[in-house]
Amino acid sequence: MITFVLMVNRQGQTRLCRYYQSINMSRRTALEANIVHTCLSRSRDQCSFVEYQESKVVFRQYAALYIAVGITEDENELSIYELVQNFVEVLDKYFSRVIMFNLDRVHIILDEMIQNGRIVETNKSNILAPLNALDKMADG
Amino acid sequence: MSDVVEKTLTALPSLLSFDSQPGAAKLSSTSKLASLIRGITELTSKHEEEKLIQQELVAIKDQVSSPNTSMRQMKELMVRAIYCEMLGYEASFCYIHAIKLAQQGTALDKRVGYLAVALFLHESHELLLLLVNTVLKDLQSTNLIEVCMALTIVSQLFPKDMIPAILPLVEEKLTHPKEIIRRKAVLALYKFYLIAPNQVQHIHNKFRKALCDKDPGVMTASLHIYLQMIKENPEGYKDLTGSFVTILKQVVGGKLPMDYNYHSVPSPWLQIQLLRILSLLGKDDQSSSEIMYEVLDESLRRAEMNHNITYAILYECVKCIYTIHPKDELLEKAAKCIGNFILSPKINLKYIGLKALTYVVQQDPKLALQHQMTIIECLDHPDLIIKRETLELLFRITNGKNVTVIVEKLLDFLRTSKDDYTTIDLMGKVAEVAEKYAPDNKWFIATMNTVFSLGGDLMQPDIPNNFLKLISEGFDDGEQDRMLRLFAVDSYVSLLQGEPEKLPQRFLQVISWVLGEYSHLREDLEPATVVRLLAHVLDLKQASSETKSWVLLAMTKLCEGEAAMSVLQGVSETYSSSMDTVLRQRAQELQNLHLNPELWARVLPRDAFTEPLEVDSSLSFLDGYVSEALAAGAAPYKSPHQRQEELAQAKAVSMEPYGLSLPISMSLSSLDGRQSPTLLSMSSGLSGDSTDHSHKAGTTTLKLDKVKRVWGREGYLAQRESAVVEVPSPVHSADQIEEVGISQDPTPPPVADQEKQQLASSLFVGLGSQTSSSLMGKSEPKHQRLRKKAKDPVSSSEISKQTSNSIFPPPISVDNLLCNSNMDPKKSLPSCTQMTESSQGSAAANGTCAAEGEFTEGDVQGPEPSLFRDNRLTIAGSCETEEPVGMKDLCLTSYLPADCIGANHSEFTPLCSSHGVHLSACHVHKDDTLVLLVFISNSSNSDVHQFIVQVDSGDVEVSCLSESPVEELRCHHVEVCQYSLTAKRPSVHLEVSGLVSFNMPDRTPQTTHFSYKLPLPSFIRPLELSTEEYGTMWLAFSHDTKQNLTLVADVQDSLRATLDVLERKLHLHVVAIIGMEGIVACRLLPDQPCLMHCRVHGGTLAVWLRSPVPDLPDCLLYHCQRALQEV
Repeated sequence: MITFVLMVNRQGQTRLCRYYQSINMSRRTALEANIVHTCLSRSRDQCSFVEYQESKVVFRQYAALYIAVGITEDENELSIYELVQNFVEVLDKYFSRVIMFNLDRVHIILDEMIQNGRIVETNKSNILAPLNALDKMADG
Repeated sequence: MSDVVEKTLTALPSLLSFDSQPGAAKLSSTSKLASLIRGITELTSKHEEEKLIQQELVAIKDQVSSPNTSMRQMKELMVRAIYCEMLGYEASFCYIHAIKLAQQGTALDKRVGYLAVALFLHESHELLLLLVNTVLKDLQSTNLIEVCMALTIVSQLFPKDMIPAILPLVEEKLTHPKEIIRRKAVLALYKFYLIAPNQVQHIHNKFRKALCDKDPGVMTASLHIYLQMIKENPEGYKDLTGSFVTILKQVVGGKLPMDYNYHSVPSPWLQIQLLRILSLLGKDDQSSSEIMYEVLDESLRRAEMNHNITYAILYECVKCIYTIHPKDELLEKAAKCIGNFILSPKINLKYIGLKALTYVVQQDPKLALQHQMTIIECLDHPDLIIKRETLELLFRITNGKNVTVIVEKLLDFLRTSKDDYTTIDLMGKVAEVAEKYAPDNKWFIATMNTVFSLGGDLMQPDIPNNFLKLISEGFDDGEQDRMLRLFAVDSYVSLLQGEPEKLPQRFLQVISWVLGEYSHLREDLEPATVVRLLAHVLDLKQASSETKSWVLLAMTKLCEGEAAMSVLQGVSETYSSSMDTVLRQRAQELQNLHLNPELWARVLPRDAFTEPLEVDSSLSFLDGYVSEALAAGAAPYKSPHQRQEELAQAKAVSMEPYGLSLPISMSLSSLDGRQSPTLLSMSSGLSGDSTDHSHKAGTTTLKLDKVKRVWGREGYLAQRESAVVEVPSPVHSADQIEEVGISQDPTPPPVADQEKQQLASSLFVGLGSQTSSSLMGKSEPKHQRLRKKAKDPVSSSEISKQTSNSIFPPPISVDNLLCNSNMDPKKSLPSCTQMTESSQGSAAANGTCAAEGEFTEGDVQGPEPSLFRDNRLTIAGSCETEEPVGMKDLCLTSYLPADCIGANHSEFTPLCSSHGVHLSACHVHKDDTLVLLVFISNSSNSDVHQFIVQVDSGDVEVSCLSESPVEELRCHHVEVCQYSLTAKRPSVHLEVSGLVSFNMPDRTPQTTHFSYKLPLPSFIRPLELSTEEYGTMWLAFSHDTKQNLTLVADVQDSLRATLDVLERKLHLHVVAIIGMEGIVACRLLPDQPCLMHCRVHGGTLAVWLRSPVPDLPDCLLYHCQRALQEV
């Protein structure tokens, strides 16, 4: 299962984090710092999967943005690697016109895709349906 | 890459930089957050960040509590608070406002309220109760979006106790007309199932309805519940196997709507989910598995697209195939698939391949064999994760024969590892395999020393506990026990003489115990020496009081001799005034016991472990004491549980004086019939007091008793130690090992390669010997069974000889089969299986090479395999064959030299023509050579002069046989040049090139080139050998290759028929056919032998070729393949 999703920029600053197991805040910051350190120090030709304590971390880089997903040993790394791409494609589909700050919306999208550490939806239109409906309500 | 991806890649950085662009003022309120983010991005120190966030939090706090804040503003504040919490700054004052926002907001504001709740609160947060009413209200809302939100939060976070309040509403949504509501309701029920399974027991039939929902999304959601339920109880859902198979079939077949595709792969994550469910259902269940075979095969077939996501599916498929009841055909495909992964240059695929292999080798360790070289490369891979995964794999294939090498590799990694988690993990693994498979005492002690030193105090306590238990319990063989203990004592004495301050505490404890218990075994060792060494440990600054207590206990056992006494006297005086009560107690014991030698001898008898310990677990001997104490007004006994509760309440110092769980540990030790080291304090009658460590130890030993410890129960053979140095692997020739020993070998292979080969041979040794592949665990090394035999008192010298052979499994199983013809066929059987299986293993790897070697057949000089088609007929040497033979051939036949008539010659191949001069060639098979005949015919009407033919080749040694070179070629005349050819080096086809030059009648010089290709089999001659000779030669050859070939079908004895084909077409010599195996020999002209071992296995012919000549096995294999394909 998925234990967390983390988005950081090249400076190592967290842009989004979502945990699917309860974790206290001090451990969380330590974990993020470690993961950021690990991910930033890896080159492109290295494996996209790293070990972090008892879990594995799958990460993917999009220019200056890094997405790291923590998973348990029984998860399929490659499928998560592609899930990240799917997530990014959904973001791209949704935010294609207006580029702006949207921490809440990204979270809402993520909530549609992953719940309790399980992949609950991967169909892009299904993922965006609730958010689009909300936007329509706000507009109209 | 698709457009979408590219677009994504370019758009994202700006998109996700979370900057608000000046022009995008759709929501101006976000600008505050934007400026916060921008501010933080610009900061350079953590300290500045903290300052900024604290300011921000103060500002947020101000605004959230203001009554004038609108819901929209509140939403914006919440997002900012989320941001602050995300950076690690608590904003707990916002939690209640988040709930309020969820309650009072509308649309997106409400959603953000719910979102903030989900992010801020955890499952058992008390504020969560305040959300229940809001959820209830929203669930009943007529606004679908609100219902959606409520279901979303419920499926993320909901107080367990309040489930009954909303359950009926959620259930009702299962029949909602909108699929999104149904889907979310299913997910909510999944959450309920996770946190309170019994609450949803009554709606299992509704899950089934969801599974059959016409909307794929709802069905997909229900799979989460099923996966969970099936994990817990696979038996209960076998009837659904067919349904899952049908669903998967439809998904794989692309029956889902297009928008479920990801990069044109139909719903990959759904496929993965279904495969996981199937593997749970098919595990150990043949009939369920049989339903799945077809769809699994289809999944493998469909997932051929070159994309990560298809590889992810394949990985899951492979795992499933190896989990369910096996089917050979699928296993073969899956193994091939793993091979592709592992050999991939893409590192992510390599990783997933290793992971798959690690999983698979638990079922079938032989699979590791075919990838041994890749695995060894991965072991040195610069990427740590690949290395780590490889070690994991090695750990799984550890057996009695490769344990030394694998442990060495694990320890190497440990020495460089900086990560505590990895260290602890690997430490346990080393200890586990060392205990199970240690080849001898010395190695075991040395390995454990390394483990204890490297592991330090990170180590799980069960490792030292187990180790001590093993040493004290010993084995059935007293002499071996003594040797093991002696080794330990020797090794520890020298460690203490070195730098004991560098040793970790746990190790010092182990050392103390062993020395206390067993140092008397070494007779030349004065107790005083040991006592002094131990006293030195006591003086170490870093020695913990726990360690000191172990040391004192050890010293107590060593009260012997005057020199020791004087040291002990000093020690006991020092510690009898220690602040530490445990140490003080120990010192008292030491003092009193050494003053009273009789008592000492009674409470600390030597070799106490040999006598069963009688334990009065009811402690009845204390009854008198207890009643006296009660009469005197003492408080009644309280159980540890009760006492602990009270202690916790009183927050008193935790001394746990009676915390020892006596009944458990006592009964354990009496069961064992031996004294467990960790319970020592009790057996010596010294302590009801013993500190909590013995208590803990007692419980760990209990757990550990379940652990199978092969090594501990097996006896030892004294000669073992010397011989364990190098065990040849079944896939490795003996002569390579010889080569290593005798370094004067004229042509040693490249050193690096050789090292790798060697490593491979030692790492993968013995993998094939596990005859039953279905076992998850490591089966006991075969030789151990035989070792027990050696203990048999009747063992004559003959038996022991046999045993010593079996301990180190025969270098190569073939010689087992071949040389020991007098051997019981049953005995040789396992080794044969072993070999064939391993040969089968490498088939996939070789397959690619063979494919690369494929030739285009249309080539003029192409080595038509059909050359041989006529062989039989031409041997008769007659032109009256019924085969259509060209006119030219007919005439050329008449020019065949006398000694070639009647020999086996090939078709005539035109080589070149120039100005009426035609060159043709054929080759003639003779026993000791291959004769190339070049026919030069002059069809023009004039003679040509100064005729020169030169034949040359890099592959072939050419010598001219014609006595006199042709100089003149008269018109309408044919001249024949004869050359004798032998192969210089093997190749699939050997090419001879030539140059013809002559002068035309008008003196104009003409030159023409030609080339002639000879297939390798032209150079192959049968090699007649006896089985014994074959066996000896087999051992001596270093180059080998393995592959599975197709058998000649539809005949009764397919092995015989297949070998006949090979014998006929490739001129091999069948040495013998024994049952399902055959051995074949041939030589490459002039005299390079090549041996082949064949075995029928699973409908294919597993062949294994060996030769002293590099490439010869591969090239010959290629022709074998071709020959059989044509059948």
